[in-house]
Amino acid sequence: MSDYISHDHEHDGIDRRGFLQCMAWAGTGLLWTISGGVLVSKTLAQVAKAGTPLPATDLSFLQISDSHIGFSKEANKDVTETFKIALDRINAMPTPPSFLIHTGDISQLSKPEEFDTFDEVLKSCRTKDVFYVPGEHDVLDGSGKLYRERYLKSVEGKGSGWYSFNKNGVHFIGLVNVLNLQAGGLGQLGDDQLEWLEADVKGLGTSTPIVVFAHIPLWAVYPEWGWGTSDSEQALGYLKRFGSVTVLNGHIHQVLQKVEGNVMFHTAMSTAFPQPAPGTAPSPGPMTVPADKLRGMLGLTSVRYVQGKSSLAVVDSNLS
Amino acid sequence: MYRLIRNQTALIILAISLSFLTNFALGQAEKGASADVAKTNQIVIKDFHFTPQTLTVKAGEKITWINRDEEPHTVVSVEKQFKKSGPLDTDQEFTVTAGAPGTYTYFCSVHPKMTGTIIVEKS
Repeated sequence: MSDYISHDHEHDGIDRRGFLQCMAWAGTGLLWTISGGVLVSKTLAQVAKAGTPLPATDLSFLQISDSHIGFSKEANKDVTETFKIALDRINAMPTPPSFLIHTGDISQLSKPEEFDTFDEVLKSCRTKDVFYVPGEHDVLDGSGKLYRERYLKSVEGKGSGWYSFNKNGVHFIGLVNVLNLQAGGLGQLGDDQLEWLEADVKGLGTSTPIVVFAHIPLWAVYPEWGWGTSDSEQALGYLKRFGSVTVLNGHIHQVLQKVEGNVMFHTAMSTAFPQPAPGTAPSPGPMTVPADKLRGMLGLTSVRYVQGKSSLAVVDSNLS
Repeated sequence: MYRLIRNQTALIILAISLSFLTNFALGQAEKGASADVAKTNQIVIKDFHFTPQTLTVKAGEKITWINRDEEPHTVVSVEKQFKKSGPLDTDQEFTVTAGAPGTYTYFCSVHPKMTGTIIVEKS
């Protein structure tokens, strides 16, 4: 593989071919950085061993997802342990992330004791700032009251819990698409949330980088399995005018990526158990793999933003 | 809740348990009572599907859903015609007694793609 960049329209050190090569690496535990206009890749293990910090950047944060604390079936009998390992990986990073984003399904059954375990284990993480959006497993009571009290109080979530915030000039939007779902449908944002979103981004300049995070994918990954959000197109319509939109989702327990115009869609691995690739099994759900393969299918996602660059660097690493 | 019920008079027990059966019952509760009913109709939840997807029963018969997935599912009436189940974990059951004749649609509120229909005929 060559580091030579033949077409760099956006002056971000990535041409289309280079970008597609990155796509091919997704999920293999490589960390890639842009250094002097040249794409450099290292495995996460190499970075940790060398002890050299990553080049200084304006913002780096980390996405973890689908912890499913309380799950104890064949696919992973100790999800608390694999969640701990994920946190150990974060603690071992030479440049700690500024904050974490948890994209839902903290718990398996929305039980208080499952949330308690999660909170207790999370204390070991060096990075203390965490932003949350609920998964359907977190709101099985139908209202998500318990979840909101625990995880959305500090951000003063509107409606069913959505909110936005700014960090280093990047506008972050946490959306809720797991409540009030309609029979026969997919994930749903609902009119109130869409209205809020439209108003939320109205005053922002088009050069403001946008990061949207929600549990269920905001693109039609595989509607047959409910892997999509019925009114996501309307939401993305409000974001079309922005030069850089990064959409981070969980729910499907595997890395999938798609680029559409200025929007990059990305789904993260779970820290608990993998799910089958779309359409490769009779249904979604926990997938049991050989014990020595499990950690290779669990992981976390690191995201970096360099001011002035149009797209964010999204890197997945597994727990093996 | 059971303890509370046992402490009431027989009349209240009867009234509450009747409404309880109509609305929902968990595992052991309806096992004892099932002898009173001629037929129990079972709907298996497996691979994110209700099977059979359409079930025809007589008024007064019981219908039991059992979750054989490793995912929690729910049973929720689309038109809110019967009380919804709580989240059913693996091997947990939920029972209702068929009421007035008619067509009842329901879905899983966690995975709304999952839908089913109950047709209740005159007994």
